[in-house]
Amino acid sequence: MRILVIAKQVPDSNAAIKVLPNGSGIDQAGLKLVLDPFDEFGVELAVQLREKRGDVSEIVAMTLGPEKAGEALRVALAMGADAGAHINDPSIAETKDEVFAAYVLSQAVKKDAKGFDLILAGKHNIDLDAGAVGPALAEFLNLPHVGAVQGLDIAADGKTFVARRRIEGAEEVVEGSLPVVLTIEKGLVEARYPSLPNLMKAKKKPVAVFSKSDLEIDGSFESAVEFVNIMEPPPRPTCKFIEGEPPQMAKELVRLLREEAKVI
Amino acid sequence: MTNNILVFIEQRNGKVLPASFQLLYLAGQLAAKTGGQAQACVVGHNVGGLTATIASYGAKAVYVVDGADFALYRASAYAAALCAAIDKADPKAVLVPTSFMGRDLAARVAARKRAGLAVDCTDLTLQGADLIATKPMYAAKFSARFKLRGDRFQVATVRSNAYSAAAPQAGATAEVISVPMTLNDADKRLTVKDVAGTTSGVKDVTEADIVVSGGRSMKSADNFKIIYDLAKVLDGAVGASRAACDAGYQPHSRQVGLTGKVVTPKLYIACGIDGAIQHLAGMRGSKVIVAINTKKEAPIYKVATYGCVADLFTLVPLLTEEFKKALAH
Repeated sequence: MRILVIAKQVPDSNAAIKVLPNGSGIDQAGLKLVLDPFDEFGVELAVQLREKRGDVSEIVAMTLGPEKAGEALRVALAMGADAGAHINDPSIAETKDEVFAAYVLSQAVKKDAKGFDLILAGKHNIDLDAGAVGPALAEFLNLPHVGAVQGLDIAADGKTFVARRRIEGAEEVVEGSLPVVLTIEKGLVEARYPSLPNLMKAKKKPVAVFSKSDLEIDGSFESAVEFVNIMEPPPRPTCKFIEGEPPQMAKELVRLLREEAKVI
Repeated sequence: MTNNILVFIEQRNGKVLPASFQLLYLAGQLAAKTGGQAQACVVGHNVGGLTATIASYGAKAVYVVDGADFALYRASAYAAALCAAIDKADPKAVLVPTSFMGRDLAARVAARKRAGLAVDCTDLTLQGADLIATKPMYAAKFSARFKLRGDRFQVATVRSNAYSAAAPQAGATAEVISVPMTLNDADKRLTVKDVAGTTSGVKDVTEADIVVSGGRSMKSADNFKIIYDLAKVLDGAVGASRAACDAGYQPHSRQVGLTGKVVTPKLYIACGIDGAIQHLAGMRGSKVIVAINTKKEAPIYKVATYGCVADLFTLVPLLTEEFKKALAH
């Protein structure tokens, strides 16, 4: 079984992110970048599958991003991936169009002669808050996909799977055959920390680099989405404090919710 | 390409996700600017009975893809069905509710149609033929605007309660167009074996219009009873902060926040929650926020619509009684 994991580099959600005054983007100075935590679940799942099963022959981590995105690949390699694939081309590396990104990734996947049985990506990435990469990649590769997977059993023969997928207030149990694309929800696995020795060893693992011209990108498929600007989230109205003793407060709040806010 | 805007009506077991009706209102507003109309697409099994309701919320035409293959949601099958409706209706754009189904489906449809896609929009406006989408970015810390080019097909998922539905017009009619559909084998590759409820009778925070949440100040799992009592009166769901879940007062399935669930209900009542950044990111999109916290300087009040600086153990039971009285009338 060969497994592909998508490994995008994104700003660390725990670090302070500053928007440039003109709204053209975020301040890159001193910005801490990490392997996307949801993609990291995919890497972890792949490594755990290899540890538990005898039939995982290779784990490849793929990223679309600028030169420094190679650091995210290195984390994936240190966690246990065997090889990396880096689509590094200034004209496409920082696209904010996930459908286009998925198309580019699919072109790189098609370059792989041996083919993948399982493709894993995060449920969404924490930079674009969208989650289209996995499903769109499946579409471009003409594969089925299951999104937001929080439980997974792959049959011993490696041919079929049962995935549990989160939906509102319930869980769908989905069956199918490999190959398949899965996007991983929080809770399925806990990502390991790559050790320092493994980070050093990861430097020696092979990383194939692709440019746009290597991938035969269809020129008519130029990005249909353009980034306009980024800003602070829309302000909330100022809080109206309700005065009085608790019994009056309760009465007044219920009245406001019914008559002013009209939500009850 | 017409100037019509098609809304995907999300339904499970014949029950329509209310956000679908909110999108019919939005589609009507957007389409009216260019002389188009709001249209709907519903996919399922034996869903023909829903068309009158869909029409009452403003759809001028309803494309129906009906068949046993569509009884349960499957991404590829539903994508094929929605694409068939798109081919027949030739709309300018399709709007889809932001939900587990909608996010999943919209991405596949956008890829299949090589369309521009914006996910989880809080605002959509037209600028000429271009669609300007406002959506969260960087784990909801910021809002960003994207332009979906007007010369390409456009797909957008829109957040629940970002728009209000119009009042339903009884007797409104729509042209009903049945879209015949035979799935190819590739779109039938997965089977949904089961849909199992995970919340044992209590609504999940992502499906309720009203969410009542408790924080670390609840002090124990037992004390959450007053939160459940209030949620029950309001037919709402119970949520909790990460601190409350980490302390074991509530299961992590009820956690609201960046690392839990992101919710945008009509009404969010935060009880004894100070408002850590990661919690605020998970609920600041709610339409109306009520905060109950003894500390007036608590960050939760920065996002609250109404604030009650009071002890939650006193106020919450009083509120439950007041709501009971108010809702009895």
